[in-house]
Amino acid sequence: MSRKTHVTTTVNGDAAEFLTDPHATLLDALRDDLRLTGAKEGCGSGDCGACSVMVDGRLVCACLMLAVEAEGKRIETIEGMAQEGELHPLQTQFLRHAALQCGFCTPGILVAAKALLEANPNPTEVEARFWLAGNLCRCTGYDKIIRAVMDAAADMRQERRAS
Amino acid sequence: MADLNYVAPTTAEAAVKALLAGGGMARVLAGGTDLLVQMRSGRLTPETIVDVKAVAGAQGIRQEAGGFVIGAATSGAVIGEHAALSMAWPGLVEATNLIGSTQVQGRASLAGNLCNASPAADSVPAMIAARAICVVVGPNGTREVAVEAICVGPGKTSLAAGEFILEFRLPARPARSGDAYLRSIPRTEMDIAVVGCGVNLTLDTDGTCAEAHVALGAVAPTALLVEAAGAALVGRKLDQEALDRLDAAARAACRPIDDKRGTVEYRTRIAGVLARRAVAIAWQRAGA
Ligand SMILES: Cc1cc2nc3c(=O)[nH]c(=O)nc-3n(C[C@H](O)[C@H](O)[C@H](O)COP(=O)(O)OP(=O)(O)OC[C@H]3O[C@@H](n4cnc5c(N)ncnc54)[C@H](O)[C@@H]3O)c2cc1C
Repeated sequence: MSRKTHVTTTVNGDAAEFLTDPHATLLDALRDDLRLTGAKEGCGSGDCGACSVMVDGRLVCACLMLAVEAEGKRIETIEGMAQEGELHPLQTQFLRHAALQCGFCTPGILVAAKALLEANPNPTEVEARFWLAGNLCRCTGYDKIIRAVMDAAADMRQERRAS
Repeated sequence: MADLNYVAPTTAEAAVKALLAGGGMARVLAGGTDLLVQMRSGRLTPETIVDVKAVAGAQGIRQEAGGFVIGAATSGAVIGEHAALSMAWPGLVEATNLIGSTQVQGRASLAGNLCNASPAADSVPAMIAARAICVVVGPNGTREVAVEAICVGPGKTSLAAGEFILEFRLPARPARSGDAYLRSIPRTEMDIAVVGCGVNLTLDTDGTCAEAHVALGAVAPTALLVEAAGAALVGRKLDQEALDRLDAAARAACRPIDDKRGTVEYRTRIAGVLARRAVAIAWQRAGA
């Protein structure tokens, strides 16, 4: 049996700590230790993006990072996306466009799309499709997802102009 | 599952020590986008993981002696955002940014791409063409090794016990230089190169080629520096005869596998085509 390691991090702005096995991935720790089950395990090999989270401001697959590597890192997950009960513009547009069916890929796609709009508030459709190429969806055919992302981007630009 | 020991040293000396202490069962961890996949599939069962990301010098990009030094564990995302590096070495940066998805780019490093020793690794032909040098740290101190001397076969490197790559050095860039990398894949994203080709060249003031380096990926057990392909360009303008000789030299170097992704004949033919196209891009960049 492996020794457990104590890890201290920040998750969605709050201090968090957990005891983990050195084999465990960040995804295991988020889901099993911190009970944040929004990030999903689709493939476990970095191909599907269902486990997308932000680590120190970078989009990564939580399945391809060891939990022990999270020490001292700033982690953001889908659970931190709605602020005080208010949905993020991306979430609102995903609902409006019905950009999901089974929903398994949705948390990862929302986290990845939020990262896109932070890096590039005015993406072209091609840029959005390439950015999200690491997020697989087997239900929607992507069209509604892309439309929701483009509309959310427009909403957010509007909001910024208004404020 | 066996016990796994994870360490994240902050000095190169401590990393070497940890690798030696782990013996044959120690592995370097950079972004983990190859290593963790292989551990999870059971293909690799290391007992010690030496995470080198916190080692001084292993992350970040700096300019030195007219060239660039790239920390071996620097992520593709950070490399892609570096304006001066992208200006001087657009081909190398594009090759690096072709690796996987946005998520993979958040972690994947040049050293991991090289030391995983896949013949199809995208950044490797571009680094070879750039004449990049690896700074290898080990029990006997530091040595400098050309990128093409690291891989010896699929999954195998020439690194000795206790050694790891700390950084890559790119040489100073003369005026009128350009580089390019192209790969052929059946899809537009998220696929493994069927052929990859990196080109780096420098022109004389009169527009003839003064120096050229051509490297191919996925057409042999390791990425190849094809000296004859570079030589086909030197002293020439970008004319049909030079391109035909380049194409022939690139094809002659190929010893590819035959698989569902591409037959021997296809890979060989495409190697010549990509070499022509990559040279055209590098030439245009050098002249611009
Ligand atoms: C979904 C997905 C898509 C991908 N697409 C591509 C692609 O299009 N093109 C491509 O080329 N690759 C691709 N890859 C493979 C992988 O992402 C790259 O090879 C990446 O560059 C590996 O870097 P890393 O830092 O994650 O390496 P790691 O996984 O950390 O390490 C890889 C290997 O190198 C060794 N190593 C790491 N750093 C050092 C060092 N400093 N010194 C000595 N040894 C070291 C490790 O021990 C290990 O054996 C993909 C992977 C995934 C999961």
